Formats: sequence, C-alpha cells, structure tokens
Amino acid sequence: MGKLIVSLSPHAHGNETVEKNMYGVVIALIPAILVSLIYFGIGSAVVLLSSVASCVFIEWAISRYILKVNPSISDGSAIVTGLLLGMNLPSNLPIWIVMVGALVAIGIGKMTFGGLGNNPFNPALVGRCFLLVSFPAQMTSWPTSGHWLKYMDAQTGATPLSIMKTAIKSGDASVLNQLPDATQLLLGSNPNLGLGTIGEVCALALLLGLCYLLWKKVITWHIPVSIIGTVIIFSGILHLANPVYADPLTEVFTGGLMLGAIFMATDYVTSPMTHKGQIIYGVAIGFLTIVIRNWGSYPEGMSFAILIMNAFTPLINTYVKPKRFGEKQK
Amino acid sequence: MNFIIIAVLVLGTIALVSSLVLYFVSKKFAVTEDPRIGQVIDLLPGANCGGCGFAGCSGMADALVKGADKGSIDGLRCPVGGDLVMNKVSDLLGMAMANTEPMVAVVRCNGTCEFRPRIAEYDGLHTCAAMHSTCAGETGCGYGCLGCGDCVAACQFDAIHINPSTGLPEVDEEKCTSCGACTKACPRHIMELRKKGPKGRRVYVQCVNKDKGAVARKNCAVACIGCGKCQKVCKFEAITIENNLSYIDYNKCRMCTKCVDECPTGAIVKVNFPVRKSTANIEKTESNIKEEEKA
Amino acid sequence: MKIHTFHLGGVHPDENKITAEMSTQVAALPKQAIFPLSQHIGAPAKPVVQRGDKVKVGTLIAEAGGFVSAPIYSSVSGTVAKIDTSIDATGYRKPVIIINVEGDEWEENIDRTDKLEKLSDHPELTPEEIIERIKVAGVTGMGGAGFPTFIKLCPPPTAKAECVIINGVECEPYITSDYRLMMEHSDEIIEGVRLLMKAAKVDKAYIGIEDNKPKAIQLFEEKTADIQNIEIVPLAKKYPQGGEKQLVDAVIHRQVPAPPAIPVNVGAIVQNVGTAFAVYQAVMKHKPLFERYTTVTGKEIKNPGNFLVRMGTPFSQLIDSCGGLPDGDNKVLAGGPMMGKAVMSLDVPVCKGTNSITVLSGFDAHRKSIQPCIRCGKCVDACPMGLEPYLLATLSSMKEYERLEQEDVTSCISCGSCQFTCPSHRPILDNILQGKGAVMSIIKSRQKK
Repeated sequence: MGKLIVSLSPHAHGNETVEKNMYGVVIALIPAILVSLIYFGIGSAVVLLSSVASCVFIEWAISRYILKVNPSISDGSAIVTGLLLGMNLPSNLPIWIVMVGALVAIGIGKMTFGGLGNNPFNPALVGRCFLLVSFPAQMTSWPTSGHWLKYMDAQTGATPLSIMKTAIKSGDASVLNQLPDATQLLLGSNPNLGLGTIGEVCALALLLGLCYLLWKKVITWHIPVSIIGTVIIFSGILHLANPVYADPLTEVFTGGLMLGAIFMATDYVTSPMTHKGQIIYGVAIGFLTIVIRNWGSYPEGMSFAILIMNAFTPLINTYVKPKRFGEKQK
Repeated sequence: MNFIIIAVLVLGTIALVSSLVLYFVSKKFAVTEDPRIGQVIDLLPGANCGGCGFAGCSGMADALVKGADKGSIDGLRCPVGGDLVMNKVSDLLGMAMANTEPMVAVVRCNGTCEFRPRIAEYDGLHTCAAMHSTCAGETGCGYGCLGCGDCVAACQFDAIHINPSTGLPEVDEEKCTSCGACTKACPRHIMELRKKGPKGRRVYVQCVNKDKGAVARKNCAVACIGCGKCQKVCKFEAITIENNLSYIDYNKCRMCTKCVDECPTGAIVKVNFPVRKSTANIEKTESNIKEEEKA
Repeated sequence: MKIHTFHLGGVHPDENKITAEMSTQVAALPKQAIFPLSQHIGAPAKPVVQRGDKVKVGTLIAEAGGFVSAPIYSSVSGTVAKIDTSIDATGYRKPVIIINVEGDEWEENIDRTDKLEKLSDHPELTPEEIIERIKVAGVTGMGGAGFPTFIKLCPPPTAKAECVIINGVECEPYITSDYRLMMEHSDEIIEGVRLLMKAAKVDKAYIGIEDNKPKAIQLFEEKTADIQNIEIVPLAKKYPQGGEKQLVDAVIHRQVPAPPAIPVNVGAIVQNVGTAFAVYQAVMKHKPLFERYTTVTGKEIKNPGNFLVRMGTPFSQLIDSCGGLPDGDNKVLAGGPMMGKAVMSLDVPVCKGTNSITVLSGFDAHRKSIQPCIRCGKCVDACPMGLEPYLLATLSSMKEYERLEQEDVTSCISCGSCQFTCPSHRPILDNILQGKGAVMSIIKSRQKK
C-alpha cells in the first residue's frame, strides 16, 4: 500500500503553469515573426535565431557554472527574452553584436538579480538599450524591404520615426508628407523607408498577438490599452496644437510602440501586480514615450519609457493596493 | 581672472554655510552616550545573534552598563563569548562575575527512520513550523523531530546539521555557542540548552513524547514511556516524571549513568563517556558512537 | 432568471461531481464509534458518561464545555469502552469517547417517522424555544467549520438581523452531499428555513444555489412558489461562493467589513442547507445531531456514493465499503479539495462537519514542483478578499508581522484561490497561514493588555 500524503489545503490546482504563460507569449509572437521573415528574409531569421540561441545558452551556462543551480531552461523565459531581444534589433545586425546583447540581457539584466522573477528591469530591453548606446551606428541603420537574401549588406533607409524627428527639429510640417499613410503603416508595407526593428514592422501582426494573449488570459487588457490610449490622446492634443507633431495614428503604428505595449511592458516580472497599478504604469509609459519621441535626442522612446517605469514598479506595488473586500466605497 | 574669483567666492560661501549648518545641527541633536557602551560593544563578539535576550550586541552593552551603574550585572550573559568575554566585560565595568558552566544545545529526539516508522508523507511548505501546525509530522509521534531543519536555519554559527541517514539534526559541540536560537526556532521544543558537563560528558533523556507508554512505544521504539524505572534508580533525585515523560535535572545529575542502563527503551543516553564493553548500549545511534570515539 | 455572484476574485476549479446523481445510501453501523470531544469551534465538550455505561442512540455523552461549545450525542447504542485520546485528522492525539456498538436501540423521545411536521401546526414554538432546542441538540454549522448554530441566531446587541441566507452553493469540487440532501429532503429543509427565520425574528430568507445544480434550483423554485418570503437565488458557478462573506455579497450585494465584523453586521445570518435540515430534525423530531450526509468520492474510488452516516464511523469503514483505497499514494481529505483537511490516518471518525471524504490518488495526490514567483499577479486577481497573496506570503516567510497586519492578513479566509491559480505552484497559502497565525496571537496578547 502506498503512503497517505498530508498537506494544507488547497489540494487542487488549476492548469496554470509558468510554461503555459511563457510559450503563450512565443505563440503570440508567431504572426510578427512570419511578417518579419516576409519583409526582411534571411536577415531576420539569422538575428532571431542567434538571439534566442545565445540567450538560452547564456542562461544555462550561468545557472550551471556560476550560480551552481539546476538550470531551468524549460520554463521558456529565456526563449521569450531571446525572441523579444531579437525583435528589437535591426535585421542587418552582425551576429557578434546580437550575442553581446544577449549576454547583457540575460547576464546583467536577469541572472545577476537571481534569475527568473527577481529582475527589476525587462532583460530584453536592458540588452537592447545597452546595444543602442554602445553601437549607435549599427543599431540605427534600418534595412528597407525586399532584400530577401541579403543580410548585412541590405540597403538601408530612414525610418518614419526619424522623419517625424526631422519635422519637429526643422519646424516644417510638410516633411511629414513623406510618411506613408496609416493603412500602409498598419501592414508595414512602406516601400522606400527603412522598416525599423524586426518586430515593429507590422502593427496588425502584433495586434493579432494581443488578441491571442487576451484570449488565453496570459495578460489582461490594462497595460496595452492604457499605453495606446495615452499615446493617442497625448499625441492628438499635440498634433492639434501644432501640426509639426505627427498625428496619433502614425504615432501608434510606428516604431516599437505596439511591440512595447503588447509584449515588453506586459512582462510579468517588471510590471505592477494590481490592475490599478497597471493602468498608472501604462499611462506613464505612453506619456513618457511621446515626450522622448518629440523632445528627446533619440527618435524612439518606447524602450526607455518602459525601463524608466520598470524602476517605478516596486513603488507602485507598495502604494497602489487593490480594493479590499468590504472596504467602504467612496 | 574674474571667473576664478567668482568661483572661489561662491564655493567658499557654500562651504561656510554648510559647515555652519552642520555645526549647529550636531550641537542641537547631539546624543551623549556613555563611552563605556562603545567599549563593551568592542569586547562583545558582534554576532548580533540575540542569544542574550537582546536584539543585538549594542542592546546587550547598554543593559550591561546600566546594570553596572545599579550595582549588578547578574543574569546578563553573552552565551557566545562565554566566560572569556564576560570576564573582560566585568573587569571593564569593575563588577564581579561568577563563572558559569558552559552550556551546549542537545537534540532531545532519537526518532530515526528505523526507530520511528513513517506513516504519512508531508507535502507542504518545508519548514518545521508549517509542518507542526499542519499535522503531527510524518510519523505517529506528535512530539518528535520533524526534520525540516528550522534549527539549522536559525543557527548562525553553522553548528547544526541534519544527518541525512537519520533525518535528525546533530549539534557540532565545537561550534555551538549555546546562544539558544535553535531552542526558540524549534516548534516542538526538542532543542534544549544543557550543561556541557565535565569533559563534555552528559546524560539526558533523548525524547520529549508525553503520550502514554503504549502509544509512545507503538510510534517509536526509543520513546520514553514514563515507566519510572530511572526515577527509582536515581540516588540524587535528579529525575522527575511528568506527563509520562522523564526529565533529568542537569544541576542535580552526578552522571552515575545508572538510569542509562535501567531504561528499557534506551531513551536515556550518555554522550562522550569512554566505551566500556560490558555496558555497550545496543540502541546507540551512530552519532553517539562517533562522539564517544572522539572522546 | 438573473444569475448573481460575488464581486472580487474567485476561481473555477473542475467540478468532478461524480456522485451528483447517486441517491443516498444508509451506511452500515460501525463496530466501534469514536466521538472526539472537539467537533466544533469553541471549548471542547465535557464527557458525562463513564467507562462501562450503557448508551442508546441519541443519549447525551458529553455536555457543552462553555458558552461557545456544543453537546455531543451518541449515534450508536452500546457500552462506553473508554474515554481516552485518539489520533485526529491532523495526527495529534485528542480526547475522545469510544463506544462499542451493540444493537441499534434509540432513545424513545426521538420521532423516527417520516411525517412532515409543519411550523404552522406548532404555534406554541416561540423563537426562544426553537433556539433552546437547537442548542440542546448540539447543532453546529454543517458546512465544515462547525460553529455552534444557536450563537449565530442570537446576534450581538449592536447588530440587527434582517434576513437568513441559506447556503446551498456547494462550490467545492467533488462534494455532493448538500445537493443530495436538497434533492431528497426539500420539504424538511424549507421547514428548517422557516424555523431559522422564526428563531432569528426575520421575515426574509434567501436560498443561494449555484447554477451547476439546475435540478435543485428548479425543485426549490417549485416548492417555494407560493411562499412569499423565501426567495431562491441562482448563483454563477465560482469558487469560493460558499464562503459566508462571498455568499452575502452575491445574494444581497452587501460586503461585510474587515474582521472582527461578521455577516450579521450587514443584517445577514448565513446557514448551510445541512444545518437547516438538522434544525428541522432537532426542533420538530427531537433528534439531536448524530448523523449526517457525507459524500465518499474520488476519481479512482471504485464505488463512490452519498451516505447517511452515523457520526463516529471511522473513515476506513466508509472507504472500504466503497471499494477501498486505490493502490499507490493517496491523499484522503475530510472535506473537498479546496479547503478540506488531509488526514494522517484512516482511523479518524466522521464528525459533525465532515461533508465529504475525498480521495485524491496518484498524480493528484502530490503537489507540483515549486518554481520561482514570476510576479504575474494572478493571485491578486484571484483573491476574493482583495488582498495581495504574493506579498502576504513573502512577508510571512520573512516574519514581518507588523507589516503583515497592515496588509490585512487577518481578512484572509484561507480559501486557497491564490495557490490554486499560481502558475509557479508556490505554497502561498501555507506561508500566509503561518503569518496569519502569528499575527492573530500578537493581536490577542495585545488585547489582553
């Protein structure tokens, strides 16, 4: 006869697992990955694969040889970090730079804090921003579409974001006429411009991913909706006040905004725990993004906005409490 | 030239104002502390273990100095530093310090896997405190060691380790400072501070089970069954029996070891005694034998 | 038909109501019945019999040991074998009365007929008389916690009861004993509700039933169609709807404030359907509480079923009558998988609060391996009390009791929704309960000062 098992209640468990949530994110990224393969071809595949492979390897090596713990690669968090890092890089980036990014992302961004669940900043963004300030030239040369078999020698061009920046700097609203219209931006089919990072090409594919995440209850609507809503409202006000600032739809569909709002800002570990907190966090990210885009020195503000708000997450968690049962309604 | 003068003037003024602020603040908020407190802190080991009953060494130092002013530091003792440190402290404060006997933590449970069969498996939070409040443990004995190592976690001196073959904690006598942290951490009060004894020799009841004899015996082969034989054989009235459990008062025990020979279940043990073939106790654990060899 | 539910948190465990449509069988008499003296919240009962005494079914064997306490009656006839200690569900030894069973002889004043006694036929029953009979019969909450029923019916002077809410929710997976009781004894339950209303001096009662029991809802709708002041409230299937505070929120949309407030502070008295039935039997049939409906269930139990069990029957006998324990590791629960207690030994008897014996086997018996917290916040979403379980668990393990108290750890109802939903399978509730226990004792010692 077997043993009797004793423990405190509950004895049942739902079917939630870390793996289910992590691989849910991977599945939600599939449309965006497919689109990037269509637009960038081989370059996208090389960057994404090398990023995922090096992230997984670095996590395994650090936990095995430095922390001397049993590596937990199978939870899928390193794969997600690798994919998101890759999605945030241009498709013509040399492999060795990708590997440096992965080392910083996993090594410094995650494992130094004790691994999964302990990192204050989104590891993929730590890697990305490190590369952005260390290799500014390589990180801001954006290939244009239609270079299927070209990797590092792909033709490059300006991105919509840099055009928007030029318009603000010159004070000439007509510069914005070079921008493709909203439908083109939604599909990512702007013919002559640089396409930006691998993941930010097609807003539609990212929105599909959002639907999947919401359907599978991997994330809730609070963060993405509050970010996108704030960006639309804030940039709309600016656009009405001065047409030098791009219109809200262009702001939402360009750059890594969708990628950031749906996949990066919603990272469990670095976002607030309560819905109220998540909305505060999302609104602040949206606001900061537009501030950095319009008045900062970089054309893209999403990554920095998320990192800044990551730093505020513990504060939000401390002061924003869920509504207690039976609390007097005010 | 002008720039330099302006810079010097500005910085100089800032420096002056800041130093004045600092001066007045330090005067205003100055805390006068007895210099002896600092000296006592320097003498104390600085482990901040809380074994003395205060939160840390500074609290202890404060109490010692206050005690000295009142004329007595009795009852204040640093278990970690022992007589060595306490003598220095009492010299410093000009107090007499009675030598006390060194103590050591002992484990009052011998319910190894072999003696105490497992009847269930605990599958919850792996701490003794959680297990104690959830269930009686993995065996039928509701008093014995749970083996999750709360005492190990509480020990700041790396003196307690769980022996994987017995599932019970073992105290490293060399490292134990008798700070008493383990006695507070153990939810079942199995850890006890006892006199270290001459040459480390000790006799104690290695069981805390208060069940009736038959029940206790059924759940554990080496349980104290409260039969009272030890009490009868003891000539020094050192043994009391309460709630079916025998207890040896270490202040009265003269270590004649008669009770050890008398105990029908082997619940009373002696440690660090030289091995005598005639009275070799069959039910000694490996650890005891090892300790005897050491002695 | 409007479906109601409570407003914060909640989870949806798999139902597994295997025994729902199996009608109740009468369980065999045990050879030896064991009566723990502490089957309820409050002071243990005091034995009034001695070794060798002859007792009948329904004989008082232990009287209430204090104000918050309940007497215990023998469920069997025979001889008192001993008054001793015996292992309880947690494995610790507690005082019990053990009776050797001989025959089946009942006390004469117990009405054993099935005739339905209506309250309208007994105008002589005053509220005080009803409460007294409930108290004497040793009726306690039948839902699991076991709070003496009569105390709930006498609210403190600061609060005024406005309605009685009957808990027919049975939100725990597996358990079907309340459902069978509702299907088989609806008339008696409704009379019991009327008695409770009269005792509490209120003229409104709600019966909350989850919508996974459509037959029970329909049956009670029909039976109460011409009763104006008893209303059936269908509730959405969500755990922990059977929790007192959640039920009050779901049925009358009022939230009970933080402890020490109790439901009657917002005007509600909550009683289980099983309690309503026991009240009916106690008042109308002079039958003290000594038998109850219990489900014996489990995915791998050969013949699960619902039983009318004499209290004191050991678990082992009931499980054997259902085909015995499956091979391999098992977790035997007194109660359901969300809040039930895992027992250490099958010698444990059925008590007043044992609504189910649930056997989880093999894979289900073990917890899953623990992974690091990924701070997903799912526990915060699931908590029906609006707490932050991840934070409470961390603070408990760090022994930060002052902070724990500020974070309202005392509001925790131990429903386990947080741990149920945790993707990392962390022992959240284990940790919280450790901290809650410590905080409660700190509060108690403060109040003493």
